[in-house]
Amino acid sequence: MQSLLKQHHKLSNTEVHLSILSDYAAIGIPDFKEKLAEASLFPLKPTHLDILQVNMGKMCNQVCKHCHVDAGPDRKEIMTRETMEHCLRTLEKSDIQTVDLTGGAPEMNPDFRWFVERISELNRQIIVRCNLTIIVSNPKYHDLPEFYKEHKINIVSSLPHFTSNRTDAQRGEGVFDKSMRALKMLNEIGYGRDSDLKLDLVYNPTGAILPGDQVSLENEFKRRLWDRHNIAFNNLFTITNLPINRFLDYLLVSGNFESYMNELANAYNPVAAQGVMCRNTISVGWDGFLYDCDFNQMLDMKLEADKPHIADFDTKQLSKREIKVNNHCYGCTAGAGSSCGGATT
Amino acid sequence: MKETYYNREDLGKFGEITKFQKELGDKFFDYYASVFKEGALTKREKILIALGVAHAIQCPYCIDSCTSDSLKQGCDEEEMMEAIHVAGAIRGGATLIHGVQMMNQVKDKLM
Ligand code: SF4
Ligand code: SF4
Repeated sequence: MQSLLKQHHKLSNTEVHLSILSDYAAIGIPDFKEKLAEASLFPLKPTHLDILQVNMGKMCNQVCKHCHVDAGPDRKEIMTRETMEHCLRTLEKSDIQTVDLTGGAPEMNPDFRWFVERISELNRQIIVRCNLTIIVSNPKYHDLPEFYKEHKINIVSSLPHFTSNRTDAQRGEGVFDKSMRALKMLNEIGYGRDSDLKLDLVYNPTGAILPGDQVSLENEFKRRLWDRHNIAFNNLFTITNLPINRFLDYLLVSGNFESYMNELANAYNPVAAQGVMCRNTISVGWDGFLYDCDFNQMLDMKLEADKPHIADFDTKQLSKREIKVNNHCYGCTAGAGSSCGGATT
Repeated sequence: MKETYYNREDLGKFGEITKFQKELGDKFFDYYASVFKEGALTKREKILIALGVAHAIQCPYCIDSCTSDSLKQGCDEEEMMEAIHVAGAIRGGATLIHGVQMMNQVKDKLM
């Protein structure tokens, strides 16, 4: 399977993307901005900046069907060391406590380890969104678990289901078995068992449905993974699929787009709207541009600033910005809410 | 549009039954929400029971919503089909147990 970009798919054009998402009248839902206004949340403003989420590149060893990044082996966009240095300067002069490394597969960036070591020296908490299969994909990655352990990295990994058929249907043939191997390697060195080695899993629904209750799903995942595979983990985060890139393509092709958007809008929860992650996070793109979140990044909606780039990071100015929203944001406010850390309510 | 007794969109209008009788409708929906809360049975177990019952009573609205809710709760295809087999087994058993009634009557009636 190729990325949408490689296929020259119409959705690889962000303007087409946005025109589909912005046509709320055709979809039959209210404009997201109106829903925020009803709860006195429009314009949406940041609270305190806690997390810098860094997208280290779109290269990935997988080509998952729901990927909002449109990542894959054919994507060559990768963050340079120079941009990473700007991120480090930003961290030095701010009180941001957490750095969340994502991609693609962030580990495929040749400067990944160098970057982690430098962030570690700054004593910040590091999250790596590891797709698990990268660990077993090539001998040069087999020692990643040890590297993560050395830097006390909080690993957050997608596992959409505890059965192989559901996981493979979303993430590709054989991904479930490889993920089980990687999870065992992580468990063996203490991840998911020792209190300072956190291993969290992410549940994304494997179709046009919203995630169910996070606690109940976590219990079920724990029971199934332990009983059948002897695997332990810490938390399960339920994350709603946002209608962007390959998941949007899936919705359109399967004829589920309108009904899914309506389901998201009907499940709008004003309490979840208060806790959306863009209020305490800033997302850095592979080329250093800044966004309110990783989703806006994929839609090329740069955040509101004179120079929205990591080289010109100005915490004070950014704290006053207006967060850019569109109808994809309904994905963050449906039901119990959704963020990179799971449900928000 | 072809007119049918059952329309998918009507499922979304379920809440409107309170328009004609608010008090009883509200009581029903409160009760319904309480029933499906995590209790001695998990939400997951409850939705699988509901899925089986939906098939036993053959309500297309219930089948639609219980299928979605089962998927949301992470149930897999095998579990969902087993829940329906449970319903089928009880339904089939209920039919067959009445065979004893038939047999009793046959005994009474025949020489
Ligand atoms: S979802 Fe994650 S693992 Fe899958 S293709 Fe996208 S970036 Fe790679
Ligand atoms: S999609 Fe991004 S901008 Fe919209 S609510 Fe979610 S985190 Fe905020």
